[in-house]
Amino acid sequence: MTYLSKTLILCAGLALAACTNPDRFENQNTVDLNGGAGLAGSAQDPTSPAYFQQTIGDRVLFAVDQSSLSDAAQAKLNGQANWLGSNPDYTAVIEGHADEQGTREYNLALGARRANAVQEYLVSRGVASNRLKVVSYGKERPIEICSEESCYTQNRRAVTVLAAGLGS
Amino acid sequence: MMRYMMSLLAALMLWALPAIAQNSGPLRIEITEGVIEPMPYAVPDFVGENAAATEMGRNLARVIASDLSGTGLFREIPAEAHISRITSFESPVQYADWRAVKAQALITGAVSVDGSGRLVVKFRIYDVFAGQELGNGLQFVGTQDGWRRIAHKVADQVYARITGEGGYFDSRVVYVAESGPKDQRAKRLAIMDYDGANVQYLTDSSSLVLAPRFSPSGDRVLYTSYETGFPRIYVLDVASVGRRVLPTMDGTMSFAPRFAPDGRTVVYSLTQGGNTDLYRMDIGSGASTRLTNAPSIETAPSYSPDGRQIVFESDRSGTPQIYIMPAGGGEARRISFGQGRYGTPVWSPRGDLIAFTKQSKGRFHIGVMRTDGSEERLLTASFLDEGPTWAPNGRVIMFTRETQGAQGQARLYSVDISGRNLKQVQTSGGASDPSWGPLQN
Repeated sequence: MTYLSKTLILCAGLALAACTNPDRFENQNTVDLNGGAGLAGSAQDPTSPAYFQQTIGDRVLFAVDQSSLSDAAQAKLNGQANWLGSNPDYTAVIEGHADEQGTREYNLALGARRANAVQEYLVSRGVASNRLKVVSYGKERPIEICSEESCYTQNRRAVTVLAAGLGS
Repeated sequence: MMRYMMSLLAALMLWALPAIAQNSGPLRIEITEGVIEPMPYAVPDFVGENAAATEMGRNLARVIASDLSGTGLFREIPAEAHISRITSFESPVQYADWRAVKAQALITGAVSVDGSGRLVVKFRIYDVFAGQELGNGLQFVGTQDGWRRIAHKVADQVYARITGEGGYFDSRVVYVAESGPKDQRAKRLAIMDYDGANVQYLTDSSSLVLAPRFSPSGDRVLYTSYETGFPRIYVLDVASVGRRVLPTMDGTMSFAPRFAPDGRTVVYSLTQGGNTDLYRMDIGSGASTRLTNAPSIETAPSYSPDGRQIVFESDRSGTPQIYIMPAGGGEARRISFGQGRYGTPVWSPRGDLIAFTKQSKGRFHIGVMRTDGSEERLLTASFLDEGPTWAPNGRVIMFTRETQGAQGQARLYSVDISGRNLKQVQTSGGASDPSWGPLQN
């Protein structure tokens, strides 16, 4: 739960490259996605990553096999774009994910489509493209682990993961 | 590191046969038919010809029996039922005793340790009902560490002589060893004998690794790793475990690599701007060529054994289906037309079939079809089966089966192309993404 905060603090003074080290990715699921007490800053502070994650919302969900953004997803991404506009010191990696239905390869490509859809939308809302990177995890990193639609719907997601500092 | 590099110094013909009339004899299994009644055989403990080799005689016979019976094509007559005892490799075989226990094939052997500490294994195969040897006796010499390989080589000879097909026991599988819960799964590359013995780990689990693929000669492995935070393709030398990343542009993702039969060219998926297409790369120079250019997903490519065509998965029709195109790119033709979604096509080493993953009505299947898409046959069904890989002889398929739910775990299974003999491959923990290497030299 405290991991993201450590990452952010560590990364604050470093180049972006340092924020994309594999450890952060390997441990991303240890972050408590519902709580925010451990995030840098408080959820009451609108400039804090905790606020971004909990109040703005760091993720959008997708229909089966789809990468198009629903109205709800677009509304959330508008909030993300505004926040990124007001907090120019942050960059982000957009992680695309799929549920476990489907082959590993196809899901990697599908997750990439989802991450890209979010990136393109954020850019269309004024976020500089050099502040956003995309990565797909396919079905490798579920956050819900049951084999039912209630879990699948949470796993078909794109998550905007903040990092601090625009590299070089 | 390379205990594996046991050198089989020689496979010597020891005894010439007076005539090779056995080829048309009765001791024959037609694999394609799918065997209903396995052939009964006996493999008494190999005779230990000196003290250092006594225990080895039993070990060799047990591995040979495990190989043969494991195919589902053969059934062992257990030692308790034997009437004759093989106490000397040179003594005449008492055919009547073996007929009485209904053994159709008999394998005898002897093992010794020579002056330089090498294992010397001799064996003969008998057609019990014809009352004669089947083919020539052979001798294998290798290191003591490599005794399982020698046993696999003996079993390969038995299998080949009785089925008329190449064997596959002296081969290895590279795969992803998995541990930890589903939402925090650790993955690392591992290599093992085809039967799950002699596991070695090739990477640690500090980075997510996916889908290793053997080179045609088994000396290298391609795989995808998130070491940089983004999926990129690496090539790993099996002997030294040295590895390097294949050059790809920043801001792209590359995955789903596979070697061409030439061992120098790699075909793979590259994602740029959310769109995934197929590329090939000369692994030496790093020069790459784009093979497809479509807004759809193109992935999971696999070469035909002659290197002239590529079978791959694309959702250009709206759902994932299987297509074949020339190896240099160009017009692709769709070959999958059944109900459902098709993926991960893999060309058989014999060239005759494509193995695939099919998803239909909430179930996953491993299946095979001819290269024109005809004669589709589903071999398995479960909550999640995927990622077939062919045995070197094109008669057996290994794949990943993952169980359902929060406690779900991945394991390796194998099945005959007849759909028979479905069984789990023994691994110490979770395992996925197998790639079956070639028959070793």
